[in-house]
Formats: sequence, structure tokens, C-alpha cells
Amino acid sequence: MTDKFISVEGIAKRYPAVGGGTTTVFESFWLSMARGEFGCVIGHSGCGKTTVLNILAGLDEPSEGTVIVDGQGIEGTSLDRAVIFQSHALLPWRTVLGNVAYAVTSKWRSWDRAKVKAHAQKFIDLVGLTGSEHKRPSELSGGMKQRVGIARALSITPKIMLMDEPFSALDALTRGTLQDEVRRICLETGQTAFMITHDVDEAIYLADRIFLMTNGPGAVLAEVVENPLPKDRGRIDLHRHPYYYALRNHIVDFLVSRSKTFAAENPTHDPRHVPVVRPGKPELVIAAVSEDSQQASWPGLSRPSTSS
Amino acid sequence: MTSSLRFRAAIVSVVLFAAFIGIWHLATRQTASVANMSPEYAKLMGVTATQGKSAMPGPADVGAKLWEHLKRPFYDNGPNDKGLGIQLAYSIGRVGLGYLIAVFVAIPLGFMIGMSPLISKALDPFIQVLKPISPLAWMPLALYTIKDSSISAIFVIFICSVWPMLLNTAFGVASVRKEWINVARTLEVGTIRRAFTVILPAAAPTILTGMRISIGIAWLVIVAAEMLVGGTGIGYFVWNEWNNLSISNVIIAILLIGVVGMLLDQVLARFTRMVTFPE
Repeated sequence: MTDKFISVEGIAKRYPAVGGGTTTVFESFWLSMARGEFGCVIGHSGCGKTTVLNILAGLDEPSEGTVIVDGQGIEGTSLDRAVIFQSHALLPWRTVLGNVAYAVTSKWRSWDRAKVKAHAQKFIDLVGLTGSEHKRPSELSGGMKQRVGIARALSITPKIMLMDEPFSALDALTRGTLQDEVRRICLETGQTAFMITHDVDEAIYLADRIFLMTNGPGAVLAEVVENPLPKDRGRIDLHRHPYYYALRNHIVDFLVSRSKTFAAENPTHDPRHVPVVRPGKPELVIAAVSEDSQQASWPGLSRPSTSS
Repeated sequence: MTSSLRFRAAIVSVVLFAAFIGIWHLATRQTASVANMSPEYAKLMGVTATQGKSAMPGPADVGAKLWEHLKRPFYDNGPNDKGLGIQLAYSIGRVGLGYLIAVFVAIPLGFMIGMSPLISKALDPFIQVLKPISPLAWMPLALYTIKDSSISAIFVIFICSVWPMLLNTAFGVASVRKEWINVARTLEVGTIRRAFTVILPAAAPTILTGMRISIGIAWLVIVAAEMLVGGTGIGYFVWNEWNNLSISNVIIAILLIGVVGMLLDQVLARFTRMVTFPE
């Protein structure tokens, strides 16, 4: 990685446990991302994904380690790092325009009303909510609410967009449409994005690199999976790509079995130099991975192996 | 459907009211036998003894008296004979002043308690002890320290309306959704701006509910307080008319206390609806 736009350096989160001692949610978490990259974290509940995101956002503080963004250590929250919340977190007493304008005025205090409105309107148009500016959040569907959340996050032109399972509360159809929108916007604007998800297909479609976390407590970053699919992939023919199932099986296998056993099977795992895997391209598997995972990486390239 | 329900409810209300008036009228008819007495003695006695009339006025007597009051609400014939409008204005003025002072104390203090767990824990024992004290128990202390009966009444209104507002404000502020606070934090909104743009609108329905409870209590307490301090006000009027044995006036006062209390509640209810947001 040449350009370390975001560098997470050895962060850990520990809580005092009941009856003395400490519980470690995750530790020695090293990660770096380039400018304009889309990163997805996948892991089971309780592995500390949301805590990692909150630390990146500045809403939470790590027990150890630091996060450096664009050459500066982060301290608290910042307008450079916008968050799209799982529950959209719109202010219900404000209209769509009011919610976006609130973010805009927070970033540019000296702007007059007309300028704020024009700027907010631009981002409402971008997420396809033209005509709903004066509706209140209670009048919107779940998908539209999350669009407002996206517009609000984008309107402050952040360096990074942080998303905490932004589409998990939506139905499959709406989720698909919004994934398309987010992908389009991120590609068009070169937005750096960091997203937490449970959804393997969402990660494959959106992410350039997928970060796999083992189960907590004591979770670690196990692997970085580079997405072998082309940058101009479309939702419709995603699953026809020769590497798709290799990639998908690799991630699913990790979630189903290896996330539990990873720590025991890889005693020499170095959290600073996490193995980078590129499923479907065996020659590019850099680090030593265990036997069964290599098998998982190379199923029949064109057909899914449904029976095993 | 709804309009027909409302219509039927209105009919039932009217029927109930008519039944009440009818029973009242029958119950206060002239029934008792008239005792035989000398005319000189009869002059000393009221109509109860001389004409067998019930001391309890009938609805017609009260209606006539009420009409008299409504025609001249603001006359002033000296300390013990003022129009009902003036008496009510005194009471509403005292309630308004005491209540307003309570608003200015309770809401900022409630904000502090709601935002700071330290202050919340530190003030909790005081609030727990002071809250259940009957506001009238403060009256002697207020009279002794303030040495002015009218200001003492205002103080009593203040002390009784401060608690519901304080506790509701603290609760509303403390239970603002974490995610809304996080939105403000990620947007680097300062503490003061956050208090006004996120916490205040989010807690406003709870605060207004507390204010509505408070105005109800204040209106309950003012009648008792004015009976004690005397001089002016609807509470004093009730007691004065009791001493005059004018049950008609007492009934009219009771009716007006109810109407004014309802209006005060409706005003606060309207404010509450204005700040309530659908989720």
C-alpha cells in the first residue's frame, strides 16, 4: 500500500469485566486504506465492527493505538469524517431540506440562507429526492430516510464516509437500489468510504477490499480480501463473473467456520501484516493460509459448488 | 362515523347536564314546614326558617346570580366587594408570575441535571425530599421571611409548579436519543448550539408535558393559598362568600375555577401539540 490515506495503527478496545480483569473486544487492529478506496468490514456480531467504525468517526476512543487520517492523528469527531447511521438518525422535527441544511450550516457557519439551501438542494437532487424537500422524516419510507442520511453525509464533502450497516434495516429491493446509488456516487466523486456490513453480496458489489474479522472477544483482523471483480461491475451480471463464486465462497467459508477457529489455527498470525488474499487468482495469494481455505479459494471458477 | 360519534356524545352530555339540573332543582325545592314565630324573630332569621326555603340555592338562583356577575365582572366596591373578573385576574396574575419564575428556574436547572450525571446525582436527595412537601406547608415560612402575603402566595405557586417541570425537563434532556447527539457530534456542533438545535427540540414534548402538569397544580394551589393569605383573588372570594353564607356565589366561584383551569390546560395542550414531532 503506497498511499496510506487512512491508517489504523494497532487499536484495541477493552472494557473492565465483571469481577475484575478486562474483556478485550478486539486488539492489534492494523488497517490502511488509500484515497478513493471503498473498504468493507465483515464479521460476526460482537467482533467490534461498530466500535472500529465509531473510533474512526471519533465517537469512541480506542483503549490502545491511534488512527491517522490524511497525515493527522484523529482526536474526537470531525466534519472530515461523515457517518451514515444504521438507523438513519434524522432529526424528526426537521424537514428533509432542514436535516441536510443543518449539516451544511454546521460546516460552513458563515453561509447565508440561500447559499445553504442551494448547496443542500444539490445533494438532495443527487440522492434522487427532488420534490420531497419539505417532507418530514415521518412521511418518508425507510429507503428515502436513508437517502436523506446519505445526502446529509455527502453534503459536508467529507474526506471519508463511514457507514454502519446503512442498509440492513431496508427490504432487499430498496437495499439494491441504494447500493447502486452509493456505488455510483462514490465512483463519480472519488469518495473514500468505509462500511460495515453483514451482507456478503453487498461487500462484493461495493468494496474494493474486504476486511474479515474473527469472532470476538479478542477479535483480530484475519485477512484482507482484494476484490478481483472489475471496477465497472454491474449488479445484474455480478454473479456471472468467473471470480464471483470463488470470492463469495471464500468469504462465506470464513464466516461459517474459519472466523471461529482462525486464532487457534494461526498462532503465528501477525496483525501488522495481515495476509492479503485475492480469491480466484491463486498466484496472488501472498501469505500462507491454511490448507482448507486455499481449497475454498479455488472452486470451479465458472460454477458454484453447491454440494460439498 | 367520527362526526356521528361526536354528535351522539354531545346528546348524552346534554341529557346528563339536564338530568343534573333537574335533580338539583327538585332537591332544593321549598319542602320544609314553616315554623310559627313572631314577626320580630322572623326578621332575624333567614328565608330558610321563615319560608321553608332550602339554604342550598337552586339552579335558577345560581343562574340569576351568575348572570348578574357576568354583566358586571369588573366592578370594585371596596375590599370585600369586587367583581369576579377582578378576583380571577388577581388569581391568574399570581399563578402567572409564580409559574413564570418556576419556568425560568426549572428549565435551565433541568437542562443541567439532564446533561450532567454529576449534578443529577448531587441534587437528587434534595429534590426527593423537597418534592413531596405540600406547597401550603411553606406558607408560614414564606410569610415570616418575605413579610408580604401577596408575594408569599406567589412563592407558594412557584414552589409547587417547579418540581414537575424540573423533573420532566431533566428526564427529557437525559433521554434524548443517543443517535441524535451523535449526529451533532459528528457535525462538530458546539455544546450551546447542540443544546438549542438538538436537545431542546427533542426534549420539548416532555418539557411541555411537565409544564402542563405544573399549571394544573398551580391552579389547584392558588385557591387554597388565597384562602390563607386573604385580600384578593378567587380563593379569597370563595372563603369570603362562605362567611357571607352566599352559597350561590360559592357555587359560581367553583364553576369559574373549573372553567379557568380547563382553559389554562388547553393553552398548554396546544403548545405541547406544536412542539410534538411524529417519529
